[in-house]
Amino acid sequence: MALDDRIVITGIGLTSPNGNNLAEFRRNLLEGKSGVVDYETRYMGPVLAGVCNFDELRYQKRKDRRRGTRAGSIAVYCSNEAVADSGLIWEQVPKDRVGVYLGITEHGNVETENEIYEISQFEYDTKVWSHHHNPRTVANNPAGEVTLNMGVTGPHLTIGAACAAGNAGFIQAVQMLRIGDCDLAIAGGVSESIHTFGIFASFQSQGALATHADPTKACRPFDTKRNGIVVAEGGGICTLERLDEALARGARIYGEIVGYAMNSDASDFVLPNATRQAECIKLALDRAGMTANDVDIVSSHATATEQGDIEEASALRAIFGESTAVINNTKSFIGHAMGAAGALELLGNIPSFDDGIAHATINLENHDSRCALPNLVANEPRNLGEVNCILNNSFGMLGINSVVIVKKYV
Amino acid sequence: MTGEEIRQVVLEILERIAPDEDLTDLKDAVSFREQMELDSMDFLDIVMELRKAYRIQIPEEDYQNLNSMESTVSYLTPKLKDVPVAS
Repeated sequence: MALDDRIVITGIGLTSPNGNNLAEFRRNLLEGKSGVVDYETRYMGPVLAGVCNFDELRYQKRKDRRRGTRAGSIAVYCSNEAVADSGLIWEQVPKDRVGVYLGITEHGNVETENEIYEISQFEYDTKVWSHHHNPRTVANNPAGEVTLNMGVTGPHLTIGAACAAGNAGFIQAVQMLRIGDCDLAIAGGVSESIHTFGIFASFQSQGALATHADPTKACRPFDTKRNGIVVAEGGGICTLERLDEALARGARIYGEIVGYAMNSDASDFVLPNATRQAECIKLALDRAGMTANDVDIVSSHATATEQGDIEEASALRAIFGESTAVINNTKSFIGHAMGAAGALELLGNIPSFDDGIAHATINLENHDSRCALPNLVANEPRNLGEVNCILNNSFGMLGINSVVIVKKYV
Repeated sequence: MTGEEIRQVVLEILERIAPDEDLTDLKDAVSFREQMELDSMDFLDIVMELRKAYRIQIPEEDYQNLNSMESTVSYLTPKLKDVPVAS
């Protein structure tokens, strides 16, 4: 493949319930530290959630924060952090050649709920409905806020892809860089989902909202006592560049995106489909010119729902059953960060290229035999010695599947 | 409300709308825009805050009266003279 078709990660910015930068996030993943806490919602009362505590005012004024959205704020923080990490001299970057591509699970529910609550305090007088509602709830809001904050005049868009969105943001960026739509992509995924009761209430009605006396033990993928999803917020954003340009400026290269795939189950609104997931993984491997044996770490999507974990385990056995790839899971630490999930789950594994360690899936006390998996890294990190390839699964409602494969750049 | 009370109400609204600004030396006779970063959405925030707190409807053709503190207080005084300060 030509150097200008090869796309590499050169900067990482993130906020997760257990870390506000890659080093902190990685340390807590290796130390088994959860970011799930008790959390109060309007209408529903106490639930469990993964809550981020990054400094909103590091890159935004209070007025910007007041006018914008939490998703926008997460995106602004992570984008600035990624650019700072990339070593790019931002003042010298042509802003019309920068593209912003952010995956989202949904957007606007938080702001709509807030406005409905507000007018309820005025006997539902719609004259007090905020003029900020539309710019806050347009679907491009999180990416648009990044362009406003950073002065980017190239393209921006969000990619609505349910919980497959984090990977979808990276995939969009790879495609845009390859066709020359931009020279620098700021890409990944974000979510502000915890700031509205609706997502919690809907999962509860579905029988898929996790409960546990100890919040840190609530998210337990593949465990017999798993009882659902812990909703989280977060953001994972990278700078992505074509390899030739990254090399020319002497950039630090975290890894190369060597394969990706997206497909659709076409089978159910909410229930996943192991056959389609396996097809998606296989397609990504084929595009990368790889086999299962080339993968060292599989970052699973598993959300700790009854059926979801069974289906993904089945897909993983079909592809990796005979391979030496180890399997881990990030949601067990931070919950399900929705639009950010796929991005954070990939990024938390990237340091394994340097340290050779696979972080674990925690809270696995009794492995559900229906989720049998070869080489699941249970509860404690595993030193693999050397890691050269990570495959990241991210699946979502309406049957959307995404897989990204990142290879160590040497 | 007296003119001074209305001034205080407007000042508190401005502090919420423009939380990064120092309004200590705000000059009442000078337009807000000359002293602060305010755009059209911010002016709509002033209108909205007054609507929520005091149920005042300010028609669009009257927005020009919200140019400075002096003109705002002058415009609001007859509308709010019988209204107590909201708690």
